[in-house]
Amino acid sequence: MLRYTEDHEWINLEGDTATVGISPHAIEQLGDIVFVELPEAGNTVARGDAVAVFESVKAASDIYSPASGEITEVNETMLDDLSSITPDRATESWLFKIKIEDSSELDELMDEDAYKSMIA
Amino acid sequence: MESSRTPLHDFHLAHGARMVPFAGWDMPVQYADGIRAEHLATRASTGLFDVSHMAQVWLTGPGAGAMLERLTPTDTGAIAEGRVRYSLFLNDAGGVLDDLMIARHNDILQLVVNAGRADHDIGLLRASLDSSVTMDVRSDLALLALQGPASPQVLARLGGDLDGFTFMQIRNMTLAGTECVVTRSGYTGEDGFEISMPASHAPDLASAIAADADVTLAGLGARDTLRLEAGLPLWGHELDESITPIAAGLRFALSKRRREAGDFPGAATIMAEWNNGTARILTGLLPQGGRPVRDGAELALDGKTVGAVTSGGFAPTLDAPAALGFVDAGLAAPGTNLMAVVRGRETPVVTAALPLVPHRYVRN
Repeated sequence: MLRYTEDHEWINLEGDTATVGISPHAIEQLGDIVFVELPEAGNTVARGDAVAVFESVKAASDIYSPASGEITEVNETMLDDLSSITPDRATESWLFKIKIEDSSELDELMDEDAYKSMIA
Repeated sequence: MESSRTPLHDFHLAHGARMVPFAGWDMPVQYADGIRAEHLATRASTGLFDVSHMAQVWLTGPGAGAMLERLTPTDTGAIAEGRVRYSLFLNDAGGVLDDLMIARHNDILQLVVNAGRADHDIGLLRASLDSSVTMDVRSDLALLALQGPASPQVLARLGGDLDGFTFMQIRNMTLAGTECVVTRSGYTGEDGFEISMPASHAPDLASAIAADADVTLAGLGARDTLRLEAGLPLWGHELDESITPIAAGLRFALSKRRREAGDFPGAATIMAEWNNGTARILTGLLPQGGRPVRDGAELALDGKTVGAVTSGGFAPTLDAPAALGFVDAGLAAPGTNLMAVVRGRETPVVTAALPLVPHRYVRN
């Protein structure tokens, strides 16, 4: 189940674990990404917590966790080549996986159609 | 309030610009390739920037020079015909109200002031007028900046006469059939030109310049990263009403005759600092570890605040973060290790001499 936040994160729930990233639109708006800070695996986070930072040439942008739970894995390999974080690679450029406490938190998020009309 | 549009607004949209509000104007922050690519293309070859948002103001009449001397530390009589000077509007405390360029061309003092300070500066000038000076705000003119090591060749291919034309000079040129007034100056640290022309001719001339294979369109994003590397101040960041020219490293903007006379606004404060130094001075900063530091970050040493970052981001030429900031004068020597407190956590930074990337002006 793929959902989007108003802050342009996506979250894809499979079983009790979700993968989180930022949308192609967000990647495009950020422009050249020069630094990424990822959360630490093992940390417990609440929905809305600032858990990662994207720094572009122009600005720093916080990334918020779309759901509460425990971070189980982070995508360290994306840090090897920040230039690979492009709008067409939003899925590959996932940030972290999170074991969800309460999947009903995702009910308030947007599906793909709703997100696309928000950014249109 | 509706943003103003430069004569090149349609040109920007047709070339894929991302437009943003800036100082009351709708301006291109970048084109499709992005800030880093535009920055590197300017350093390697040539970037074309629309800077028509800056105000062009002409002063004529026998009292024009004296009027400017009441507001700035510049010896206007020493600006020969065909020359350009960097200058500052100062307040009585020695703070900087704005920075500007003053050219003498056809016996007119031709000023270029920052977009964000244009209303302030024009008000300041208007309040200083007397019957011996006429002010003409030339909103009928556009301004392009052509910057980078290939810019002389680009200008020559458009018909520009560069014979004997060096940094901080001004002359008439006919470029692609348009009568222009060109200065050899800019805001990137590179050799380059700023080209003034009637607004109605700007789209055709910009298109002719952009058609040159050496030219990349560049937006305000690249303009900011280029000036950051070049250590050039931006009003509201490295300059404001509480920052003196000495603190900002702008001693060169104080003309010798004016220093000796001590007759410019804030001269008592500024000349005391000229002789004795200031508490804090502007320095380059190189953040360590890849994380940029931004405007407003505090600079600390052993837990004590010793300064603040005024501009910060990423320096594409250095392929690393870079910043400008003010630090206690005793800590400004290049190579001093400090901490920048960014969003509650510390990032190590090392002070560095300015400019961070060497200037490549073509001097006579």
